[in-house]
Amino acid sequence: MNDVAETTEVVQSGLGQRILRSLQTNWKRLIILVPFLWLLIFFLAPFFIVTKISVSEAVIQSPPFTPMIAWAEDGAMQIRLVFDNFAYLWDDPLYAKTYLNSVMIAGFSTILCLLLGYPMAYAIVRSSHTAKHILLMLVILPFWTSFLLRVYAWMGLLADQGTINNLLIALGIIDQPIQMLYTTFAVYVGIVYTYVPFMILPLYANMEKLDWTLLEAAADLGARPMTTFLTITLPMTLPGIIAGSLLVFIPATGEYVIPDLLGGGNVLMIGRILYNEFNANVDWPVASAVAIALLVVLVVPMMLYQHFQSKADGAT
Amino acid sequence: MSNGKRSYFLITTTCFGIAFLYIPMLMLIIYSFNESRIVPVWGGFSTKWYGVLFESEEIWEALTLSFKIATVNACFATVLGTLAGLALVRFGRFKGRTLFNGMISAPLVMPEVITGLSLLLLFITLKEFIGWPDQRGFTTITIAHITFSMAYVAVIIQSRLSGMAQDLEEAAQDLGAKPLRVLIDITLPLLAPGMVAGWLLAFTLSLDDLVIASFVTGPGAVTLPILIYSRVRLGLRPDINALATIIILVVAIGVLIAAWIMFRQQRQRELELKMTSEEV
Repeated sequence: MNDVAETTEVVQSGLGQRILRSLQTNWKRLIILVPFLWLLIFFLAPFFIVTKISVSEAVIQSPPFTPMIAWAEDGAMQIRLVFDNFAYLWDDPLYAKTYLNSVMIAGFSTILCLLLGYPMAYAIVRSSHTAKHILLMLVILPFWTSFLLRVYAWMGLLADQGTINNLLIALGIIDQPIQMLYTTFAVYVGIVYTYVPFMILPLYANMEKLDWTLLEAAADLGARPMTTFLTITLPMTLPGIIAGSLLVFIPATGEYVIPDLLGGGNVLMIGRILYNEFNANVDWPVASAVAIALLVVLVVPMMLYQHFQSKADGAT
Repeated sequence: MSNGKRSYFLITTTCFGIAFLYIPMLMLIIYSFNESRIVPVWGGFSTKWYGVLFESEEIWEALTLSFKIATVNACFATVLGTLAGLALVRFGRFKGRTLFNGMISAPLVMPEVITGLSLLLLFITLKEFIGWPDQRGFTTITIAHITFSMAYVAVIIQSRLSGMAQDLEEAAQDLGAKPLRVLIDITLPLLAPGMVAGWLLAFTLSLDDLVIASFVTGPGAVTLPILIYSRVRLGLRPDINALATIIILVVAIGVLIAAWIMFRQQRQRELELKMTSEEV
């Protein structure tokens, strides 16, 4: 408190004093305003721009799209909205197939992550204090290492001349290498491999807060393990299942690196189409329309995630 | 009895899961010491690919750029994320809170291709109207990284704040400290471990990002993931295995040290709390 008074004395000029005083009274507003403005400019505004460009026409110039607002010769403002890009997406069966394929691959990968992640989270929660710390660290560690390099690791394992094929041939199980790289199978492996920690961690956080004596009570009252699991454990861990599933499903749907490196040209996923439309074809309006359409597909799961997240925050 | 059977299943699954997570990385490391140019064909032990790696100027340049971006990003993201976390947990209701909350948690699940595309289009639009950013590269990648990293920092800070007992802050307030004093002298020091964790996370996220950076980068600005990607797209490369080995080892050592420090701090704090409660 003292040094604040001192600084106030030091600042002699009226302006400085006024700024300091307004800082002292308005600091709360400032704390809110700085990150808020950042997000408005760099997170929200870009979406409006994407929306705008998605209703423009592609032209060969820089930037390669027509302005939405143009001035006619008599000075009247013209607003041009072109929905051709969305019509193009709608008419071309390739896009519909790609969206469907992305959602299916992401959905099935989410189920696989759940099947692997749920027992692991359960085992971590129920293990002893030291084992718990070690296991948690083992789950978190890959998350800190490069995502790209972890996907690359699977290229070496799955390639025709790769480790798995070499091993199977050496063991005499197969004569010819099986093609695994550049297939949908490889994409599943890649997604489950890189996203399973995102499933385990929310599940762990949820399970750790549970009242495990309920399970003992159920067992004491004669419930079978399966009954206990279905009537107590599963409903209680549902918030963790939902959070983990959404954390896997949403980013996996728009995944680019995994389908590109492990799926090659054989696996259609929307993230890859968007990237290629933008970089290879330089068709920004279509790329923007693809992005908006992807956002429309994901808006329900995203709002669900937000809903459960704020409910979880409210509970603590 | 059934308990024993179930834990057998749990142990098997967990072992399988851990093996699944670590065998690919282990293979990556083993093949970095392969003499042969063709990655999966073992041609004897050799460290020559590390030599190839260290001689590559491209790699050093990309690494320097990535570290610069990651450092600046982590500092800004920690400040902005901490402010956002404070605002959301401690300031009650305010105008635009719902929008704020939505904007801070959306980057966590937003597909990278969408974030990357939309930020690039923002930068291009800004350049048209105000002439900035003049060229894309360091600045635009850093801004893009701050935008999604601050969301992760905010999540960490939010969970710290809501799990933190408010008695120290209340005591200071009862003794006549103004709210801003309480924030600076009590709340922020208590948040320090969370801020360190947030800084480290933001740093790693930035070092790791390929998709967003490839969208918002310009000619000449090649980050490490962009360089790695352009090489591995064409196939397996032993020098990338060597690079991966170094990255995995550095991260593993870093995480171990961080975990050890946090573990010690936590134990110390528990001890102190115990002592103070005994004194009372």
